[in-house]
Amino acid sequence: MILELLIGLCLLGSVVLFVTPNRYAGRLAAGWSLLPLALSLLMYAGFSGQGNALLGGQLAYETTVQWVSLGPYTLNWHVGLDGISMPLIALSTVLTTAAILSAWTPIEERENQFYGLVLFLEAGLIGVFAVLDFFVWFVFWEAVLVPMYFLVAIWGGPRRKYAAIKFFVYTNVASLVMFIGFFTLVFGLGDSIASLDMPAIAQALRAGELGSLAGVGPGTLKTLAFAAMFAGFAVKVPIVPVHTWLPDAHVEAPTPVSVLLAGVLLKMGTYALLRFNFTMLPDVAQQYAAIIALFAVVSVIYGALLALAQQDLKRIVAYSSVSSMGYVILGLVAYTVYGVGGATFQMLSHGLISGLLFACVGVIYNTTHTRMVDDMSGMADRMPVTTSMFVAGSFAYMGLPLTSGFLGEYFVFLGTFHADFPGAAWFTAIAMFGIVIVAGYLLYAMQRTLFGPFSVKTAHADGGAMRTDGGEGSGSEAEHDIDRAAAHDIVPLAMLLALVIVLGVAPEISFGMIRDAVGPLVTAGGAG
Amino acid sequence: MTGGLGVGVLQTAPPIGDWVALAPVLLLALTALALFVIDSVDPDDASGGGALAGTAAVGTLLALVAAIALLIAGIGQGQGGALRLYGGQLIVDGMALFFTVIFTSVATLVIVASYDYLRDRVYQAEYYVLMLLATTGMALMASSGSLATVFISLELASLPSYALVAFLKDNRGSVEAGIKYFLIGALSSAIFAYGISLVYGATGRLGLEAIARSLSGGTQLVGILGVGVLMVAGGFAFKTASVPFHFWAPEAYEGAPAPVSAFLSSASKAAGFVVAFRVFAVAFSPEAVVASVDWTLAFWLLAAVTMTLGNFAAATQDKVKRMLAYSSVGHAGYVLIGLAALNSGQNGLVLGASMIHLLVYGFMNTGAFLFVALAEYWEVGRTFEDYNGLGTQAPIACVAMTVFMFSLAGLPVGGGFMSKYFILVGAVGTGHFLLAALLLINSALSLYYYSRVVRSLWFEEPANSIGIEGYPLGLYAAVVGAAVVTFLLLPGIFLVSDAAISAASALFV
Repeated sequence: MILELLIGLCLLGSVVLFVTPNRYAGRLAAGWSLLPLALSLLMYAGFSGQGNALLGGQLAYETTVQWVSLGPYTLNWHVGLDGISMPLIALSTVLTTAAILSAWTPIEERENQFYGLVLFLEAGLIGVFAVLDFFVWFVFWEAVLVPMYFLVAIWGGPRRKYAAIKFFVYTNVASLVMFIGFFTLVFGLGDSIASLDMPAIAQALRAGELGSLAGVGPGTLKTLAFAAMFAGFAVKVPIVPVHTWLPDAHVEAPTPVSVLLAGVLLKMGTYALLRFNFTMLPDVAQQYAAIIALFAVVSVIYGALLALAQQDLKRIVAYSSVSSMGYVILGLVAYTVYGVGGATFQMLSHGLISGLLFACVGVIYNTTHTRMVDDMSGMADRMPVTTSMFVAGSFAYMGLPLTSGFLGEYFVFLGTFHADFPGAAWFTAIAMFGIVIVAGYLLYAMQRTLFGPFSVKTAHADGGAMRTDGGEGSGSEAEHDIDRAAAHDIVPLAMLLALVIVLGVAPEISFGMIRDAVGPLVTAGGAG
Repeated sequence: MTGGLGVGVLQTAPPIGDWVALAPVLLLALTALALFVIDSVDPDDASGGGALAGTAAVGTLLALVAAIALLIAGIGQGQGGALRLYGGQLIVDGMALFFTVIFTSVATLVIVASYDYLRDRVYQAEYYVLMLLATTGMALMASSGSLATVFISLELASLPSYALVAFLKDNRGSVEAGIKYFLIGALSSAIFAYGISLVYGATGRLGLEAIARSLSGGTQLVGILGVGVLMVAGGFAFKTASVPFHFWAPEAYEGAPAPVSAFLSSASKAAGFVVAFRVFAVAFSPEAVVASVDWTLAFWLLAAVTMTLGNFAAATQDKVKRMLAYSSVGHAGYVLIGLAALNSGQNGLVLGASMIHLLVYGFMNTGAFLFVALAEYWEVGRTFEDYNGLGTQAPIACVAMTVFMFSLAGLPVGGGFMSKYFILVGAVGTGHFLLAALLLINSALSLYYYSRVVRSLWFEEPANSIGIEGYPLGLYAAVVGAAVVTFLLLPGIFLVSDAAISAASALFV
C-alpha cells in the first residue's frame, strides 16, 4: 500500500496547492514535496526486492488488485519495485523538491497552479516507474504529458506555445506508434496471456509463445514490434534524429521545468526501452545490436557537436543531454552486467547532474536575464557559490572521478567494450571521443561566462514574457544589481551536488540493487 | 421500498410491484405534476425560481437514487430476468435502469445549473416542467417493450424538447433553432411511424419480442421489411444526431439555451441510442434477420461517416458551442460502432462498450455545455478567442473544462479514455479493424480542436480585459460535479463496466 500512498500524496498535494493562495504556494509546495521525498527515501532504505521485476524477481512493495475485466484481457492495478525502478523513483522525488525550490524566484505568476502541476507530474512519473500492468502504465505514461504541456505553455519563454505543441505532438504520436507495436505482440501471444501484466507478457515472450498474426510469422512480428516500440521510445529519450523537440522544449520551458524534463522525463524513455525492448525481446535487440549501437554513437557524437555550436547556456545543456542519453542506449545494447547496470546508473547520474546544471543556469538567469554566453563574463566575482556549483556540476558531467558522472560512463564503457556484438570495441572507442567534446564545450562555456573580467550585457531583447524582473528595479544598465543568489536558490544546487558526490564515492548505494535487478536480464539474455 | 427489493432478489417470478419497478419513471412524472402545482399556488414565484429548481432537482435526484438502488438490488437483471410489465409493453431490465441513471444524472446537473442561468427570466416553471416531462419520456423510451410504446415515449421526449430549444422566445436564434428542430423532428417522426407500419405489415406484430419470433421463421416480405427497418433506423439517426439526419444538431444546440443544449446532446442522444439498441438487438435481432435484412452493414457505414464527418466539421468551427455540437455528432459515430459490430460473437461486449461511452459522455459533454452556459452567463462571447485568458479569472471552472476537453479527446484524465478503449477493444475483437482505425484517427484529430479550447483558456492573453461578474453557485456546482465524476470514472470504471456489459448481454438470449 505504500506506493499507493506515495502517488496519493502527490495527487492530494496537487489538489491542495491548486486552491492555495499564490503567496503561500511556493513554501507549501516545498514543504509538501518533502513528504513523498521522505517516504521514498524510507522505501529506499527498507528496500527488499530481489531480481528483475519482469523476470520473476521478488518485488518490493507489491500490490495486485483486479481493476476491470473486459473483453479478452483483465486489467490489473499491479505495482511493485525492483532494483531498477526504486532508484528512479527516488530520483523523481529528489528532483521534484529541487525543482520546486528553484522555482521560488523565477515563477511569479499563478504560482499555485504551477506547483500543483509539478506535483501532478510527480505522481505521473512515480506511476510510470512503479506500475507493472501495461494498460495502467500507459495511463500514467500519457498523463505525464498533460502537466508538462501546461508547464511549458503557460510559464515558458517567448516561443512557449510552439515548443509546447511540438513536444506534445511528437511524444503523443510516438506513444501511438509504441502502443500499436506493443499490441502487435499482445495479439500475437493470443491465448497464452489473460491480462496485460508486463511480467507475464515478458515471460511469455521469452518462452517463445509468440504465434503468428495475420499471416506474419513470429520472427517478423517480433522485429516489427521491436522497431515500432523502439521508434516510440526513441522520441522520448531522445535519440538522433528524433531529438528536435528537445532543445525547443528546454529553451522555452522555465528552468525548474527543464530540471524535471532533463532529469526524469528523458529517463522515462530509456526506462521503457529497458523494460520493453531489451527485456521482452532480447533476441531482436541482440540481432540488431550493431544498428542500435550506431544510433547510440551518432547521438553521442552529434549531440555533443550540436552542443559545441550553441551560444545559449540552456541549449548547451539540452543538447548535451542528447549526447548523454546516447551512452545509456549504448550500455543497454551491450547486454552485460556493467553495460545494462551502467546504463541504469547513468540514468540516475545524468538526472542529478543535468538537473544541477539546469538549476545553475536558472539561478544565473534569474539575475542576469540572459543565458547567452557572449553576454556575460566574470560571474565568479559576483556569484561565487553558484559558480562553484556550476563548475563542480560541469566537471561531473565531463566524468571527473569521485563524481557519479565518472562511474556512469566508466561502467557503460566497461560493459560495452566486453560486449559480444560485432564492432563493440570500436563503437565504445568512438563513443569515448564524445567525452572530449563534452569537456570542450563545457570548459569553453565556463571560461567565457564565469571567469575573466565581470560584465553583463543584460538583455530584455530576450524578453522572457512571464518573467519580468519583479519590480526590484534591476533595469538594463543595473550591473551592480547582479549579486549572490538567495539561500533557497542554493539549497537545491547543494542537495543535487551532494548526491552526485555521494554516488560517485559510494556507488554501491544504488549500483548494488541495480546489479541485482539486471543480473537475470543479461544472463537470460544470453551474453555474459 | 427496500423491503420489496429484499424479497425481489430471491424470487424469479414477478418479484416486486409494478410501481416499485417503475419508481424512477413515476418519480419523474410526479415531480413534473408537483411543479405544476407549485406554479399554480405561487405564480409570481417569490423565491426567484428557487422553489421550482429545488423541487425539480430533488425529483430527478430521487429518481436517480431509485434507479441506482434497483440496479444494485439486481431487479430485472441477468439472463431472462427482465420484468415485463403491462403485457410486455414496458420492460424493466439492466439496460433500462442503466440508461435511466444516465438521463436522471444529466437532468439533475442541467437543472442545478439552470437555476442561475434562468434567474430573472419568465416562464421558469414551464421550463422545469418541460424538462422533467422530457426526462420522463426518455426513461420510458429505455423501458419500451413494443414499437407502440417506443413511438409514444419518443414523442413525449421530443415535444418538450422543441419547446425548450425555443425557450428564449425573444431571441431570434433560439426561435429559429426551435422551428428547424421541430420541422426536422416532425419529418423524422413521420418517417419513423411509416417504418413502424411497414414492419407491422411484414410481421403483424408490434411487441419487440413478438416481432423477433415472427421473423425467426423467415419472411416473404423481405422488401417491405427492409424498407421498414431502414426507416426505423432513420428515426433513430434523427434522435441520436447521426448522419444523415444530423444537420439539425448544430443549429439547435447553438441556438438553444446552453443548459438545454447540454440536456439534448447528452440525454436525448442516449435516449435515441437505448431504443435503437433495444429495437435492433431484440426485434430485428441479427440472428433472426441476417438472412433477409443485414442492417449491421448500414450501421457500419453510418458509424464510419458519422464520426468522420462530425470530427472534420468540428475542426473547422470558430464558435465553441458549434464545435461541441459537431463533436457530439462525432461521438454518436463512436457509439454506433456498438451496433455495427453486432452479430460478430461478442454482442455483450460491443454493446456494453457503447453504453459505457454514453454514460461517460453524459457527464463530460453535459459538463462542457454547462461551461458554455457559464460563459454565456458571464457574457464573454461565443468564439474560441472570446475565451482567451478565462483561466486566470475562473481557474476552478477552467480546470473542469480542461478535464472535459481532454476526456472527450480520449486522454487519460477522465473516463472518456476508458470508454474509448472499450469501444476499441470491441471493434478489434470482432474484426472491425477499419472502424477501429477510424476511431483512432478521429480521436487524434479531435485532440486538435478540443485543445484549442484549452489553449484559449490558459495560454492566450485576453484581447480586452474580461470582467467576470460573480461566480454563480448552481452553475459552478454542476460543472465541478460533472468534472469530478468524469475524473472518477477513470479509476472507477469497473463500477459501471460490469453492469453495462451484463445488461447488454442480457438482451441476447
